[in-house]
Amino acid sequence: MVHTFIYKHNGQPLYFLWDVESGSLFNVDDVAFLCAVKRYSALNDEQASEYRKISPERIAECEEELSSLESEGALNAPRKISEFTKNAGVVKALCLHICHDCNLRCEYCFASGGTYNTARDYMSAETAKAAIDFLISSSGNIRNLEVDFFGGEPLMNLGVVKETVEYAKSRAAEAGKRFSFTMTTNCLLLNKANAEWLNAEMDNVVLSIDGRESVHNGVRKSVSGKDCFGVILDNAIAFRKIRGDKKYYVRGTYTAKNKDFCSDVLALNDRGFDQISVEPVVLPEDHPLALKMSDIEELEAEYDKLAEAYIERRKTGKWFNFFHYMIDLDHGPCLNKRLTGCGAGTDYLAVSPTGDIYPCHQFVGNEEYLLGNVREGISRQDVRERFARYTVLSKPHCAECPAKYYCGGGCTANALHFTGSPDGCYELGCALQRKRLENSLAIYYIENNAD
Amino acid sequence: MKHIKAVSTKIFDKNHKTGCGECQASCQSACKTSCTVGNQACAKEEKILRETKEDK
Repeated sequence: MVHTFIYKHNGQPLYFLWDVESGSLFNVDDVAFLCAVKRYSALNDEQASEYRKISPERIAECEEELSSLESEGALNAPRKISEFTKNAGVVKALCLHICHDCNLRCEYCFASGGTYNTARDYMSAETAKAAIDFLISSSGNIRNLEVDFFGGEPLMNLGVVKETVEYAKSRAAEAGKRFSFTMTTNCLLLNKANAEWLNAEMDNVVLSIDGRESVHNGVRKSVSGKDCFGVILDNAIAFRKIRGDKKYYVRGTYTAKNKDFCSDVLALNDRGFDQISVEPVVLPEDHPLALKMSDIEELEAEYDKLAEAYIERRKTGKWFNFFHYMIDLDHGPCLNKRLTGCGAGTDYLAVSPTGDIYPCHQFVGNEEYLLGNVREGISRQDVRERFARYTVLSKPHCAECPAKYYCGGGCTANALHFTGSPDGCYELGCALQRKRLENSLAIYYIENNAD
Repeated sequence: MKHIKAVSTKIFDKNHKTGCGECQASCQSACKTSCTVGNQACAKEEKILRETKEDK
């Protein structure tokens, strides 16, 4: 399958062929582009008119080059694997809901003010330690294990986080494991002492800020409804200063209120952040902040605008990474990972404050997907095995998608919320993923082929 | 080639028989509401290097 696309850089079109099954990328001239469109899909009226103006000799040259690449297996390559089921027997990562309470009330929160529609609750140290024991005993031969402290707001239960980290580290050596810790925080309690501890102990820290002050304050309010951008930004900047080269992300959400989210990404970069992820909100269409399919052209144009600004800034002192424009065409994950995505329900699970296990953080509180408890283990292995069968190969809507090996089949939670099934198609999410992939590929080409 | 320039070719061939499971779960990075795996690294080579170092 060959995907053809155009990216406009500095107002000029760049033409690309993307071979989906091999992961090969080609930059072509306008003539070869039209020949490829004709060969692999269909010319529209305007393209057909342009094609008719090309001399037979040039068309023959292009056809020969395309055929040559096909014979090398670099273009229109066949699918290399037709069946795959993930191993549902091991766990390598847990998202610990260390606290079902939050000191913010964000309008778009999928966790309903941090509670996940359950009682406000804090995980005990005993439950957290049982979760670590469960992870170690369920991890088989996997050596590198991950624990993500999530909420609600995990800094509201930092004492238990600290106990959990110490316990995991103490068990790691005897168990032959290595733990990586991540915390996702809204920064409100990220004072100097907490920042220093997180910097020392966390392998990754995700700081939630939505970009411009007006955008952030518009949707991320304190419990009493007050603005909080000032204190959050100060805390995040102070953390960034001590973080050095260690891993962190500033992570924002864009909604229907800021479809001009490029300005939010750049605002975060202007504040000194260089690892940035700003993502589309996921809400039902009747929510006032929801993004809709009718927004798609506007959102795609914004991703183009961001890509151009990204390319320019990365040449300057304002270099930064945008999470969804990072792509490594030379290495990247293995095909198994590309077929299965995040591993929700199989090797990645979430744990509620009471120790209940769910496929991922977005399923917590949905009793239909309650998989077991960290003390008693998995009681619904049948559900895990169902998730293990959700791969790029099993989802009909993935078959013809050029981005399928870059999203791993998409988010099962989003699919469930929009279609009623974890292997359904969340149409808007898929469309945006495709756009971000095209832009990532174009950025890769431009940055590696500088004039 | 006159009309076509290869930017990157055939990456999936090189490593499609791996699947060791040592790489990062994608939701542990920055997503939390979407799914992106294309920007993740293969941990296998890194793991071999690290274990070799620790064995010494």
